Amino acid sequence: MATEAARFTLSPSRRTRRRKLVNFAMQGLATLAALSAVAVLALVIVSVAQRGAKALNWDFFTKTAATFGESGGGVANALVGSLVLVALATAIALPVGVLIALYVSEFAPPRIADLARLVLDVLNGLPSIIIGVFVYGLLVVGSGQAAWKGSFALAIIMLPLVARATQEVLALVPPTLREGALALGASRWRTVLGVVLPTSVGGILTGTVLAVARAAGETAPLLFTTSIVANTVTWDPRQPMLSIPLSIFQLSESPDPADHARAWALALVLLSFILVASLTARTLLARSRRKLER
Amino acid sequence: MRTVAPIEIAQPHEASLSASDREAVFETRGLTVSYGKAPAVSNVDLSIYRNLVTAIIGPSGCGKSTFLRSLNRMNDLVPSAKVEGEVLYHGQNIYGDGVDPVEVRRRIGMVFQKPNPFPKSIYDNVAWGLRVLGMKDDLDGRVERALTQAALWDEVKDRLKKGAFGLSGGQQQRLCLARAIAVEPDVVLLDEPASALDPIATSKIEDLMHELKNDYTLVIVTHNMQQAARVADLTAFFTLERTEQGGHGVLVEYGETPKIFTQPADRRTEGYVTGRFG
Repeated sequence: MATEAARFTLSPSRRTRRRKLVNFAMQGLATLAALSAVAVLALVIVSVAQRGAKALNWDFFTKTAATFGESGGGVANALVGSLVLVALATAIALPVGVLIALYVSEFAPPRIADLARLVLDVLNGLPSIIIGVFVYGLLVVGSGQAAWKGSFALAIIMLPLVARATQEVLALVPPTLREGALALGASRWRTVLGVVLPTSVGGILTGTVLAVARAAGETAPLLFTTSIVANTVTWDPRQPMLSIPLSIFQLSESPDPADHARAWALALVLLSFILVASLTARTLLARSRRKLER
Repeated sequence: MRTVAPIEIAQPHEASLSASDREAVFETRGLTVSYGKAPAVSNVDLSIYRNLVTAIIGPSGCGKSTFLRSLNRMNDLVPSAKVEGEVLYHGQNIYGDGVDPVEVRRRIGMVFQKPNPFPKSIYDNVAWGLRVLGMKDDLDGRVERALTQAALWDEVKDRLKKGAFGLSGGQQQRLCLARAIAVEPDVVLLDEPASALDPIATSKIEDLMHELKNDYTLVIVTHNMQQAARVADLTAFFTLERTEQGGHGVLVEYGETPKIFTQPADRRTEGYVTGRFG
């Protein structure tokens, strides 16, 4: 035993030392890259918060822009506009997106389902400006801008997000659950309605919240469809409405430094909304996964 | 072996009953089920009789689950599955023209290998099927009777509104049984219903089967031979027949359970039940 132990050593040789060095370097690079992603996000949040926080006050949320020569004023019309635009877009995209997902995962033959998934992915990859131009040509030319037309464009952006997220969570519903329902003599649709959908509500909500966050930040689809606006608060979707992203753009182009501060503040509002929405979506998803895996 | 010798249904302890006294619920004729081009089970002629427990045993891959699932058209859910031959249910071919699989499944219930309660309350698990089928009169009474028949009522009567996932595996499986019998089927198919359960839960399910055969016709697939010996009146032995294309399941022997286990006619059956093969 003692003689055998003396024949080799367990302390690192030169070769091992070199391998350890390479390992250390690569691990360091990867960690650095990951940290830089966090750093970029942190820088964006900190800089927007620093510059935007100053302009946040009661008037900012409740008033519309001051007339020329006066000071003060706010962005109430942009906030209301974004709220209505996104709500309406969700009302269109959610039911249609869920139905598409149901078709793909419950009813379509496998080959058509694959094709439908591909189409959704392509739709998801379309530049938003193209969707804006498309809706402009389809609905705006000849009849003018309106909020509902902007919502329609946003709904096209949201549709593949809702449909893909829903379809992914439907795929998580165990096939044995569907079999159990069908074996009772339930039709396919009753099975979907009574067993499959209630099981996947959490995941569908997650996808919707993420799609809402995406739509709230979209500028291009609104540019052609609902950008010529009067400086008033309106809840009527037949009127054009201002939105948060377009308002940020307009305010930042203004010569008045106070408007620049308001642009930062509005950016802070949008950023906070998106952060909260993303975190909510993550929590919802984790909860629904747990429910399914039990 | 292609066809199976005509069987005589006679319980040793009962007055001798010939096959003609028993009503056949199912008769399969030349039943072949394929996935894609490969047959999973081939040319099965088998009759299943009212108010008896019929066990289907055999090694893995012999097509016993496939056969069971063809009795209530569950194979329809597999896009590549193809059924040839006939499955006569009270004389009607369930794969015939104009037959609605939903109507078939409404009469022929099923309990699966793994307990699969719905993510709903215990009450709603049983009531859901009743609501879907419009059996809404005396819903509470129907739920209670089904749970009582499944020997679960006393364990759950105080927590009917609680989620079904809170139950143990054995309780969940009895809940699935209650769910299946609540809609008053004619036949209950059981696909290895106890394979995911511990011995105590298994023996509860087996006791239940003795009770339930008074009201229902039961067909159970099991890879547990002792279980077949304990619960079944009739036993069918399937095996895997090797061919150039791979292999497919065939029915080897069918008869009274004691005979299958003690005096099998076929050497392959003997090899399996004595543990020399499979």
